Amino acid sequence: MTLSVSDLSITRGGVPVLQGVRFALAPGQALVLRGPNGIGKTTLLRTIAGLQPPSAGQIDGAEDRIAYAGHSDGIKPTLTVRENLTFWASVFGAGGIGDALRAFDLDDLAERHAGNLSAGQKRRLGLSRLLVTGRPVWVLDEPTVSLDVAAVAMFADAVRGHLRQGGSALIATHIDLGLDAETLDLAMFRATPRPVDDFDGDFL
Amino acid sequence: MSFATKANALWEYANPKKFLTTSERVQPYIWSAAILCLVVGLIWGFFLTPDDYRQGSTVKIIYLHVPSALMAINVWLMMLVTSLVWLVRRHHVSALAARAAAPIGVVMTMIALATGAIWGQPMWGTWWAWDPRLTSFLILFLFYLGYIALWEAIDNPDTAADLTSVLCLVGSVFAILSRYAVNFWNQGLHQGASIMRAAAVTGADTEEKVSNVFFYPLLLCIIGFVLLFVALLLYRTGTEIRARRIRALLARERVGA
Amino acid sequence: MIALLLRDLKLAFRAGGGFGLGLAFFLIVTVLVPFSVGPQSSLLATIAPGVLWLGALLACLLSLDRLLALDWEDGSLDLLATAPLPLEAVVTIKALAHWITTGLPLVLAAPVLGVLLNLPLPGFSWLVISLLTGTPALSVIGTFGAALTVGLKRGGLLLSLLVLPLNVPTLIFGAEVARRGAVGMETSTPLLLLAGITAATVALLPFASAAVLRVNLR
Repeated sequence: MTLSVSDLSITRGGVPVLQGVRFALAPGQALVLRGPNGIGKTTLLRTIAGLQPPSAGQIDGAEDRIAYAGHSDGIKPTLTVRENLTFWASVFGAGGIGDALRAFDLDDLAERHAGNLSAGQKRRLGLSRLLVTGRPVWVLDEPTVSLDVAAVAMFADAVRGHLRQGGSALIATHIDLGLDAETLDLAMFRATPRPVDDFDGDFL
Repeated sequence: MSFATKANALWEYANPKKFLTTSERVQPYIWSAAILCLVVGLIWGFFLTPDDYRQGSTVKIIYLHVPSALMAINVWLMMLVTSLVWLVRRHHVSALAARAAAPIGVVMTMIALATGAIWGQPMWGTWWAWDPRLTSFLILFLFYLGYIALWEAIDNPDTAADLTSVLCLVGSVFAILSRYAVNFWNQGLHQGASIMRAAAVTGADTEEKVSNVFFYPLLLCIIGFVLLFVALLLYRTGTEIRARRIRALLARERVGA
Repeated sequence: MIALLLRDLKLAFRAGGGFGLGLAFFLIVTVLVPFSVGPQSSLLATIAPGVLWLGALLACLLSLDRLLALDWEDGSLDLLATAPLPLEAVVTIKALAHWITTGLPLVLAAPVLGVLLNLPLPGFSWLVISLLTGTPALSVIGTFGAALTVGLKRGGLLLSLLVLPLNVPTLIFGAEVARRGAVGMETSTPLLLLAGITAATVALLPFASAAVLRVNLR
């Protein structure tokens, strides 16, 4: 099933930031979102993940199919790596965590408390969560923050594997992951501000 | 005009611009009517009615106590209605009207509590009794405080409007629950006062004509309080709309538009 | 759903989870009461049911500001909101976890503290019954307050201001059951009303909590 977005307008703090966003993401495809800071990448991804409603437009094929990874990883410091991952696996009702641990080289850290991990290790744990959700569409917001070169390669491999299995990925990132992905520049969807005297009930 | 078109015409005032121009046109009349009603009602009530044979001149605080107590409850009801309108139809003016009403409601509740205490002192020999009616007003006061505090605490105006609306809804249910709980908890000293039984309040329920002596100035004071509330509400809602407008313009400037 | 409950319980019992904090607070408040009102056992016996109920209510407030705020800060709430678990279920589980880690220990500790306050003998069973019936409502109402204030930096004080008035009916009926029980009066009416409030809040309030949580996640 294709994730398709049409004529999407989004606001941040009541101010329109993007309008007329449209793209389609077919199974096996990856799409990289680019654009300067503050253009609304995070807001767009949160909207697609269903965390906030769009002000206009439609998102099809997103319901219950998205695994979202934002700036924070949702890791509990007093639980071990294994416990953290097992929890998310059982919430999403998906399979075992062995593959996820292996994909991000977390086997040796499995019994460590997540609070003792380095920033990069935490990020790897957060990304490995994507593999235990069993969801076909990955929506990733700056996934490579605090990852070293080796870990970025690990992550790119995980995404490639996901795409091979018919999954798809929507990634906001500034670095080149070496993926065979299309790029969408959000600058072309920047919302044109409404005239100042447009003083209606919608935008006070 | 049919009822449906009239009802639709009402929604035009959900447009801030339309609301501002119309409310500014009618405000002078409402202010004048409110002041007129209050001045006439209070002078009539304070100086031109006889003292009650049992309560003496203390009864005259009724002209402040009953109207403010009525307003304290009805302002909350109005907030409940406008909150629902905001949640269902997303008209900003509605949410801002609820926000503008809350401080007026607090002041009305405070007036009701204070005049009640001043009246209670000579009547019951105590400034405060944990009577169900008094206690309910105290709880209502706390609900108002929580509602205002939540508005003040949240930065994003739409989020604040949503959260306070839900709080107003849930709070209304719990306020009614508290009212029954408090009734159950203590059967009190307070008369079963309501405007329909103003005669009973003044201890003159046998003589219909005597009660009218108190009733008309009281009615005038109640109308005066309602008009005063409407005038304050229109004024304050206008201020809130302008504050939102300024905020929105500043936000646009930051975005670089 | 069970996974979430187990995780929350595990987090509460692990270091820094705050388990037992409410219990210790309840103990201290109860111990302080005789210091403030005097040690006469007849006076203490009269006020014991009310003091114990008030103490339990305040102790229930303590951990509320962490109930959802921790999950909010580390992003877990975002992820839970996109998980195949309705937010209504999430807040219900959160309330249940709060009750198991805070409410239930208070219920179990209350008879011991009743001894300290010279609670009359028939009052013990009614105190436990009333707390057992009423504390779930306190947890559910508290979760609503936590959901309202989850996005605020210093929401703790505001949370108390919002939640305490909502707790009034529960406190009135709960303390009334305990008071009547202690003096050997009929308790069924307030107990039924208390049970009614608990049932209604548990059934309905999670919808409001989930709604405000959705607003806060935007």
